[in-house]
Parts: sequence; structure tokens; C-alpha cells
Amino acid sequence: MAKRIDVSGLNAYYGSFLAVEDISMTIQPRSVTAFIGPSGCGKSTFLRTLNRMHEVTPGGRVEGKVLLDDENLYGAGIDPVAVRREVGMVFQRPNPFPTMSVYDNVAAGLRLNGSYKKSELDDVVEKSLKGANLWNEVKDRLNKPGSGLSGGQQQRLCIARAIAVEPNVLLMDEPCSALDPISTLAIEDLIGELKERFTIVIVTHNMQQAARVSDRTAFFNLAAVGQPGKLIEIDDTERIFSNPSVQATEDYISGRFG
Amino acid sequence: MDISTENKPAPPTPQPSQTEQKRAARGATRPGDRVFLALSRGSGIFLLVVMAAIAVFLTLRAVNAISKDEANFFTTFEWNPTGDPPVFGIAVLAFGTVVSSIIALAIAVPISIGIALFITHYAPRKLGGPIAYVIDLLAAVPSIVYGLWGALVLVPNLDGLYGWLDQYLGWTGIFEWNGGAPRSLFTVGILLAIMILPIITNVSREIFRQVPQMHEEAALALGATRWEVIRMSVLPYGRSGIISASMLGLGRALGETMAVAMVLSPIMDINASLLDPGGGTFAQNIASKFNEATENGRDALIASGLVLFVITLLVNGTARLIIERRKEFSGANA
Repeated sequence: MAKRIDVSGLNAYYGSFLAVEDISMTIQPRSVTAFIGPSGCGKSTFLRTLNRMHEVTPGGRVEGKVLLDDENLYGAGIDPVAVRREVGMVFQRPNPFPTMSVYDNVAAGLRLNGSYKKSELDDVVEKSLKGANLWNEVKDRLNKPGSGLSGGQQQRLCIARAIAVEPNVLLMDEPCSALDPISTLAIEDLIGELKERFTIVIVTHNMQQAARVSDRTAFFNLAAVGQPGKLIEIDDTERIFSNPSVQATEDYISGRFG
Repeated sequence: MDISTENKPAPPTPQPSQTEQKRAARGATRPGDRVFLALSRGSGIFLLVVMAAIAVFLTLRAVNAISKDEANFFTTFEWNPTGDPPVFGIAVLAFGTVVSSIIALAIAVPISIGIALFITHYAPRKLGGPIAYVIDLLAAVPSIVYGLWGALVLVPNLDGLYGWLDQYLGWTGIFEWNGGAPRSLFTVGILLAIMILPIITNVSREIFRQVPQMHEEAALALGATRWEVIRMSVLPYGRSGIISASMLGLGRALGETMAVAMVLSPIMDINASLLDPGGGTFAQNIASKFNEATENGRDALIASGLVLFVITLLVNGTARLIIERRKEFSGANA
């Protein structure tokens, strides 16, 4: 079930360094929201606050509120482990568990959440791999190591692993930056299909990609190196790429800086 | 390097002469390269020659001794190479060496992995550093000091543990205790475990530290707890490293001499219970008997040393096989 995300007044720190300042935004369910902006503007950091992965980094801490429907992820008594089971994540570099087979990679999240019968696992693995458009390529080598697949296949394996646990939200941190154009296209098509079921947030350096896959786009920027990153604006993707309301956005999109 | 130069289009400058081209293809033209090549090749050959010399020496003396042995060298308990006729065998020594080392590994490996995980994944940085330092110090303590400690502190204080083992595990037979002095293979195992703990801990620690962040994050993002991250990412990634570390520890345990000699009652017999005093190991036997041994006796000791050498080789080979068999899944190709 896709859920809506409401962020208000969010600051993210690395030790005493304020990396992301005062972000408020709403992310609609069953849509793709893209984060764009120059390197170091805090978009990945902000993304990682949405499933409480930011605090895994030594010194990482967060102030503010992130509501998932009506539940504050940073509320008292909320277990970050439980948050991450609800908000899945796909990383920049494909990171299947190298010691596990294709099958075990997909089943890993389920096995964490409890015990399943073999037949149930089989079903979920098949469904997830089909959902990630990978089934036909790997169905004959489910017991081979996941790290033996190509980069694009590995990334789709990671997507299959993430969606196998049926999260409410799927976060993607530059999921195509390590992939060739054909694999990129496969992932982009997949994102289009997945948004029927999940709330998707994607960080990308590729503005064409943001324009192709997303419904809404958020532009992040920073005043100077060492300054915190800020959200400049968030709007419908079409509007951001045709007629943004802030000059800095237009400058960035038209390639005048960044 | 050769390939890249071959593929370059010919420069418009005058063509180099044929000999120059050949030299370029061979690579080693500068004096520095030649000297270094000779040095490194020489070192390699020197090592092989030394190894071969040792092997030949050991084998010749060993064969000499075994040919005079009137009993079966592998199954005899007795060690009397100077008798008439000479009768000696390695059964007790092989049993004692292998069993005490296995006990040591069984105790040391879980503890070492626990310490290494604590230092790398649980302890705050301020605590992890000092702990690692203390473990390093343990590795630097000479084995004779461990032996002294074992004989003066460990042995007199084991009655409680032995009684407990006898009470709860005595029915198995191998933990039966009749109240004798705890100068047994089990005590040797405990002492060896303490001695090999630092090396296993240090090597495992380095491996755990090298687990790529992205593997741990993969598990975290699926909603894994800290222990589940360790189980899903850290331990599988470190598996071959843990095996290598254990083998290093085992190597030390198999060859340990003084500490064993100071703790064990050197009785050439195999006990049904691990807690009964007596037994022997290869290294301990050589150390205790070498000084008074006649030439025949020394040859016999050398023969036993050769067997220890072979056992060590087998152990290492087995470990390599285990690592090799799971190579596909080792994470080395990630």
C-alpha cells in the first residue's frame, strides 16, 4: 500500500555540520518524485532521512518531522528497523548480497520478517522478480550468486529484493548512475510500472531522467560549499522543466551552472 | 604494457632499430629493472632451495629412524628409540597434538569472533581502540610466560571447572574426572586457546572492518537489526577470512612447545577422558626429549617432527579447499 509522505522543518546534520536545512514538502502516493540538484546539495542525505538511514552514518542526526500518512517516523518509541521495513531503498551502486544466490537475495527481507513456507517464498520470489522485469533472465539460475549478474541485472535484483517485502515507499538513490543506457532504460520503464503500487522517490543527476520518469520534481541547491543544502522548489515535473518559478532552477536546468 | 605499445599507431619519427624494438617488447631494458629482477628471482629461488633442503634433511633422518623401528611407527604408544630393539610410535603424540589443538580452536574461535565483532560493530570508537591494543599486547607475550602462568595459576585453579564438567558432561565419558591433577589435554587446550586468541581476533577484526559499507546498508535498508546485519553481510563476507584466521591460530596451537611442556604430564598414553592427566604432543615431546636423546633418538624425534609438518600441510590444504569451494559466493567478485 502506497503511503503519503509529509516532511516539515527537517534539518539533517553530520556531527555539528548542518547538511540539509529546513525542508518541508509533501510527496504524493502512487507517484514518482524526483530530487535534482548539484552535487553536495544534500538531496541524497535528505533521501536517507526518509527511511532513517541517515543516522547510520557516524555523527548523523535529524531534527524535524517526517509523517508517513499520519505516523511520525522520528516520533518517540518508533523503531528505525521497523521504519526501514516499510520504506525500502535502492542504492547508487547495485549491492546484492555477494554471498547469496539470486533467490536468497530476493527472499532475504522476508526471511528477516519471519518464517515462511518454501512454497510461499517461491511465490514471492517469482512475483518480485517478475515485478522487477528480471524473471525471464534469471529463472534458470536462481541458485547462482547474485553478484554474477550484469550491473543492470544486479540493480533490478536489488529492486526485486526491495519490493519483495511490500514496502509502502521505495527510495532510489541515483539507481542508474552506474549503469549503461540500455540498463538505464530498463530501470526507467520499471519505475513507471512500480509507481502503480508504491510511492517512489528518486534522486538523479540526470535531468532527462527526471523529466522522463517523474510526476513531481524537487530542486535542491546550496549557496556555497560548506553551506547547508536547501529545497528551492518542488512542483509538477512539466512545470519545473518548462516554466519554473525560481530563477535558480531555470539556470540549473538550462545548464547555466551546476 | 606490451599490448598497449603494440596497438599504438607507428610514430612519424624515425623507426627504431630492430634490436631496440625487441628490447622494448621484452620490457626489461633499464639496469634498475634487471637488478631488481635478479634480486627478486634470486630470493624466490633461495626460498625454494631452503625449503627443499629442510625437506630432504627431515626425510633422510626420518627414514633412517623409522627403518630401525621394530614397532609400527603410526600405531605404537611407546616412545623408546634407544632401547634394544628400538620401539617407538607417534600415536599418542598425534592424538594429543590434534585433540589439544581442536579444543583450543573450539574455545578460541567463537570468543575471538565475538571480540572482533564487538570492536568493529558494537563498541564505541573510544572503547574499541584500547581493547584492540590490549589484544595486540596479548599476542606479544612470549609463550614461556603463558607456560608459567598455566602451570602456576591455571592448573591449581581448574578443580571447580573440572568438577562441573564431570557432573554435567561426565556421562559422555570424555569429560569424566577422577580427581587427578588437571595436567590434561583439556587444560592444554584452554591454555592454547588463550594463546591463539589474539591472532584470530586480530585477523577477523581486519576482515570485519573491510566489509563494504554498501553490503551492510543493503541489509539495513531491508529492516535488519544490528545482529541481522552481521549475520547477513558481515559474517558471510568474512567467512573465508575467519577460516584463514583460525588456520593461523591452529598452526600456532599445533606447534606450541614450551607452554604445553610446562602444563602437561608427559605420560605416553591415550586417555578415554580429556580431563585425565597425561598425553603428549609432537612439539612438547621433541622439546622434553631432545637434550638427552642419542643419535637414534634424535632421528626418531625428527621423524615425529616430519609428521607434524605433514599434519600442518594437510590442515592448510583442507582450509584452502573449503575457501575455494565457496569462492563463487565469497564476495570477491562483487
